[in-house]
Amino acid sequence: MNSLIPLLVAAPLAGAVLLLLGGRAFDRLGHWLATALAALSFGFGLALFSDMLGRDAEDRTLTQHLFSWIPVNGFQADISFQLDQLSMTFVLLITGVGTLIHLYSVGYMAHDERRRRFFAYLNLFLAAMLLLVVADNYLLLYFGWEGVGLASYLLIGFWQHKPSAATAAKKAFIVNRVGDMGLSIAIMLMFVEFGSFAFEPVFGAAGSASEGKLTAIGLMLLLAACGKSAQVPLQSWLGDAMEGPTPVSALIHAATMVTAGVYLITRSGAIFNLAPDAQTAVVVVGAVTLLFGAIVGCAKDDIKKALAGSTMSQIGFMILAAGLGPIGYAFAIMHLVTHGFFKAGLFLGAGSVMHGMNDEVNMRHYGGLRKYMPVTFVTFGLGYLAIIGFPGLSGFFSKDKIIEAAFAKGGTEGWILGLCTLVGAAVTAFYMTRVMILTFFGEKRWQPDAEGHDPHPHESPKTMTVPMIVLAFGSVFAGGLFAFHESFLTWLEPVTGHEEGNSPLTPLVVTLLTTACMLAGVALSYLMYGRSAVPVVPPYGSPLTRAARRDLLQDDFNHAVLVRPGSALAAALVYFDSRGLDGFVNGLAATIGGVSSRLRRIQNGYVRTYALSMFGGTLVLVATTLLMRSV
Amino acid sequence: MNPVNYLYLSALLFTIGASGVLIRRNAIVLFMCVELMLNASNLALVTFSRMHGNLDGQIIAFFTMVVAAAEVVVGLAIIVSIFRTRHSASVDDSNLMKL
Repeated sequence: MNSLIPLLVAAPLAGAVLLLLGGRAFDRLGHWLATALAALSFGFGLALFSDMLGRDAEDRTLTQHLFSWIPVNGFQADISFQLDQLSMTFVLLITGVGTLIHLYSVGYMAHDERRRRFFAYLNLFLAAMLLLVVADNYLLLYFGWEGVGLASYLLIGFWQHKPSAATAAKKAFIVNRVGDMGLSIAIMLMFVEFGSFAFEPVFGAAGSASEGKLTAIGLMLLLAACGKSAQVPLQSWLGDAMEGPTPVSALIHAATMVTAGVYLITRSGAIFNLAPDAQTAVVVVGAVTLLFGAIVGCAKDDIKKALAGSTMSQIGFMILAAGLGPIGYAFAIMHLVTHGFFKAGLFLGAGSVMHGMNDEVNMRHYGGLRKYMPVTFVTFGLGYLAIIGFPGLSGFFSKDKIIEAAFAKGGTEGWILGLCTLVGAAVTAFYMTRVMILTFFGEKRWQPDAEGHDPHPHESPKTMTVPMIVLAFGSVFAGGLFAFHESFLTWLEPVTGHEEGNSPLTPLVVTLLTTACMLAGVALSYLMYGRSAVPVVPPYGSPLTRAARRDLLQDDFNHAVLVRPGSALAAALVYFDSRGLDGFVNGLAATIGGVSSRLRRIQNGYVRTYALSMFGGTLVLVATTLLMRSV
Repeated sequence: MNPVNYLYLSALLFTIGASGVLIRRNAIVLFMCVELMLNASNLALVTFSRMHGNLDGQIIAFFTMVVAAAEVVVGLAIIVSIFRTRHSASVDDSNLMKL
């Protein structure tokens, strides 16, 4: 069974290689090949999963050593894999949702002339992400981590003929680099401290390391997670990443990429558990981001950017839960999986709406679409109910657990975190209701597109609606299934551990509070957008709205604090280089040149001159020798 | 006879040769002056051999002769070909290598 683990990664990787190197031969059927390979990987995942279920809870970790990558005395880097319950959860999510997104892309990208390349990148994305979650050491994880960064760059900038897409891709890559630096420093620190970067020795020895060092490692890992998972302060790339084709957004937000940060923190639980300061930092980042993303989501008129804000916020929930330690790890992952379902469903639904509306993304130009796109409406609607945590749907169970865990942190901290998550839940309900009302309800506010064609909304083809329906099923039932007899918690507990914490409130009270907050958010949104006609031109709005439309000034902040000093430093260095260093070097060269052109005159081309200098030289030599002898 | 006299003669011949090399322009004459210097040094070597009572100097003199013979062969060939192309044996005319 163990030998199946490398095949999980190999299948999509083979797809990427074949499609990229195979050339035009794969133009016609390459996309089906890519989809089949993603599905094959999912099949391997299912086989491993059923095998794993057949074992005892303590005996579920599979390992597979492939070969030694860099064997140097004390430095052992291996290509070896480890599949435990945590990795398994991710494998199923990545390959399952990934396959559905492949299938959807078959319909969505049907008319794109670079379709083969697109599917190759999708496969590469899956392969990198799978490598990230099945690696048994941090270096191999880092390899997958970078692969994910590369694939996201290629996909976000897929429509590279648009300058905005090219810029967005670069932005995503550069911001991610900052996080990657954190991960590489963390790996180096681990190697110095523990002499290894494989999970087992590091986690085994974590207890004997000083708290300061563990905190440093933890903070660096947090920086890495912030980059990949778009958490404050490295969140700015996520909104612009919407420049990519919609299936890419679904893939980045649901199955791959942004989940990597949550995985990293949960995987490194053994380190974080021993470094309370690092955990506090994680929790703060999560809490800030969940509110930040929610506020941004409220103001955006671009349907994809509103959803991007919501992703940021939901990942904030997960990071917060992961920062709570063993109280929250399992719930972070549980929310991650349910979020994978409904966020993929929402993005695919948004893509379907855009598909029917001539690629219009402004929600103020939608309205009344529910009659024209019934399947999209129902699946998007179920995803909407799931994300706001409507009782009985997936999001309800997982988000409720996170809020309980936040309260269970105990003390003042617990109250602050609990209230943050409650506010987050209310705001989530508010902006998602807004998206729903603006898109599917109210009057038609359709506008002709740039070429003057009026939109004729229509339902999307089967290849697009089937994945949406499957994901809608997941959005509805996954949470209930996971919460049933706490099956998800039991499944993950051997890896992540679990503590109950001491909550000041009973679970029932928390559930009621959460539901009340959610209903309040929905009601407020209905009052603001459902009762009166929505203006096509956005109103001027309050200062907060205007700031939120600009992503709470994140870009202005980055520009003022990072870009401008950076440019000034570069300009100063250029000045020093061109005046200081170049001046010295050029001056030296000019001096030598001048002296040489004067010395050149000595060479007059007459044999006798050379002969005379030879004789003179000999004379001097002989004279010197004689003189030295006589002394 | 005092062997030192041979050394005086050798120094005289060498000086004549050296002055010729420095002063004359005709390549053939220059060449003969070089030969004069070589033979002056041969004479000195042989004299030293006699003075020290061993054969080292004489052996080196033989080497010098062989090298001089080889040099004459190459040198004359060069001079002849230069004369053919330029119709002049003056060494001052062969100054194309200078900048």
